[in-house]
Amino acid sequence: MSHSLRAATFVADADRTTWHDETLWFVRQKRDKAVYAVPEFQELRELASQIKEHTLGRLDEYLKQFEAEARRNGVHVHWAADAAEHNDIILDIIRRHNDTRVVKSKSMLTEECHLNPHLLGHGIEVIDTDLGERIIQLREEAPSHLVLPAIHLKKEDVGATFHQHLGTEKGNHDPQQLTEAARQHLRAKFLAAEVAISGVNFAVAETGGVVICTNEGNADLGVNLARVHIASMGIEKLIPRLSDLGVFTRLLARSATGQPVTTYTSHYTKPADGRELHVVIVDNGRTQQLGRPDFRASLKCIRCGACMNTCPVYRRSGGHSYDFTVPGPIGAILSPNIDLKKHSSLPFASTLCGSCTDVCPVKIDIHTQLYKWRQVLAEAGEIPIAKKWSLRFMGRFLASPKAFGLGGKLARTGLRLLPHQLTHAQALNPWAVARELPEPPKQSFREWYARAVKQ
Amino acid sequence: MRVALFIPCYVDQFYPQVGIASLQLLQKLGVRAHFPAQQTCCGQPLANSGCERDALPIYRHFVDTFQGYDYVVAPSGSCVYHVRKHFDKLEQTAEVQHVRAATYDLIDFITQILGVTELPGRFPHKVGLHLSCHGQRGLHQANESELTPVRDGQLRRLLASLEGIELTELDRNDECCGFGGTFCVSEEAISARMGQDRVQDHLRNGTTILTGGDMSCLMHLQGIVRRRQLPMQVLHAVEILNGEVVT
Repeated sequence: MSHSLRAATFVADADRTTWHDETLWFVRQKRDKAVYAVPEFQELRELASQIKEHTLGRLDEYLKQFEAEARRNGVHVHWAADAAEHNDIILDIIRRHNDTRVVKSKSMLTEECHLNPHLLGHGIEVIDTDLGERIIQLREEAPSHLVLPAIHLKKEDVGATFHQHLGTEKGNHDPQQLTEAARQHLRAKFLAAEVAISGVNFAVAETGGVVICTNEGNADLGVNLARVHIASMGIEKLIPRLSDLGVFTRLLARSATGQPVTTYTSHYTKPADGRELHVVIVDNGRTQQLGRPDFRASLKCIRCGACMNTCPVYRRSGGHSYDFTVPGPIGAILSPNIDLKKHSSLPFASTLCGSCTDVCPVKIDIHTQLYKWRQVLAEAGEIPIAKKWSLRFMGRFLASPKAFGLGGKLARTGLRLLPHQLTHAQALNPWAVARELPEPPKQSFREWYARAVKQ
Repeated sequence: MRVALFIPCYVDQFYPQVGIASLQLLQKLGVRAHFPAQQTCCGQPLANSGCERDALPIYRHFVDTFQGYDYVVAPSGSCVYHVRKHFDKLEQTAEVQHVRAATYDLIDFITQILGVTELPGRFPHKVGLHLSCHGQRGLHQANESELTPVRDGQLRRLLASLEGIELTELDRNDECCGFGGTFCVSEEAISARMGQDRVQDHLRNGTTILTGGDMSCLMHLQGIVRRRQLPMQVLHAVEILNGEVVT
């Protein structure tokens, strides 16, 4: 199913669309205020972009350095080529500890690898501890946003979900009471878990440590209570030195939510006595993207979600319309790398307005990459046949001044003479569903000019 | 100074008055622009849809048509941006490089090349300026809200110089209108919703004349205004700057 069909379903609920759009625009405005308050913000973006560029250019060296340092710290380092390997490695670690109850803090990589269904299928209870993530887990939905996974839901939806699963009072959708219910529910899970899984925001090659940023502190609670911590990271999460980190932490929260910094920025470098720290380093298509010169810059992404909040299409179509772990503009340039056919409509789910590129804290040229994916998709025959042939016809037509002049005249005359019902038939003309066509003038500019010059 | 007027394909066919106003305004500013009759289109509709290769003959035709001029001026930032940015797919001969560099949006040409930043005239209306993305973020014609809270730009200044004009302060200064070329058809539902929201922002803040530098966005917004029969008139900025009478 294409993005446009799923988007049309979302936007059909006009009130929910308004709410979704305004909520995310509010976040974008918070981001603006935070950004305007830092005079050197644009230099920070440039610096971050250069650090990432440098790191991607010698990723092999930095990965080896990270692995060596981490091992020196007593960390178990695992390498996973793809999602299946990632899931097997994690299942294996859990089994070795005879654990069946696992807590997990939000990690888009484990979402990408579909870790939860894999663990559940092997009899392991895995509980997402980020509030938004827990809500959608109860509803058996996917996150619809990188930072705000349940942003597609209203508090009434959450109230109904909690009533069904956590036994809260029917019709109660007071955010404070719902949060308290979630807290009580999660507390028991935190206390019972032997293994905690987390994502990684940044991995520092120099120290072999990983850094996790959250606002709820749930990752820290899980990790510090459990005996085993498994951190799951994509190969692109590396930064060279600890001193580079400040550049990114200053950009991440401001871009994501307009906060100066996340509430918790936790460093995990070595396991405590009697405990284990595992880091699973995952490729899953990333080296393939690294090998595509036009798209490798997409690997700079630090998953702040700013491009989603600003994207006028995302705000009105909702994250699920992208049907990919990472939705929005950045997802639309990451997804074709994974499955060109399945995600062929995503690079077209944009007006190429460029706002995503302007907010990106690491200066990824997102809208340029969307344009470039469109060329790849058309060349690979992944655009609708009718569109391809009509465009090819249009190409011939527009390269010939005579055909253009005559064709334009015919179209204008037709539009003027044919009944409105026919020219605006919604089944034939998508433009006319919500818009009037322009009123055709009697003469084109070129016809006017030819006469004006003669006189 | 040999100046050619490039009138985008849909403006030629549907909005001849925009082409006429462009020609007349340039004339008032002392520039006699010539309209080469063999011109057609910049090829953007195809390229943005992924068919860049099918657009190459159109690119070549564009270069052939305009290579003999010092400047190519068009009342459309979007087409100009396309020529500047995406004609990199042609072999970069001297002619191609010249045409890419010489192609200007009308407003940029007036302000940057002619050095005109104020225009005489009176326009006592509440005017809402729609900033088109390709002009704004592509050609840097106006400040981006992503970077600064300061609302400024050449077109805003030119309009503000007219006597009696009042410019609308929008809730969302520079959000995309949702036209997006073939996007307006392939993603009809989202495109329409974006356009409706854009028009609503103007309506809420008192715009009676909706204007901008790019007729494609305005064609889409006008389609919504007319469908909903809203009390708003849509004009290309050059029609206002040229002193068009509004009824």
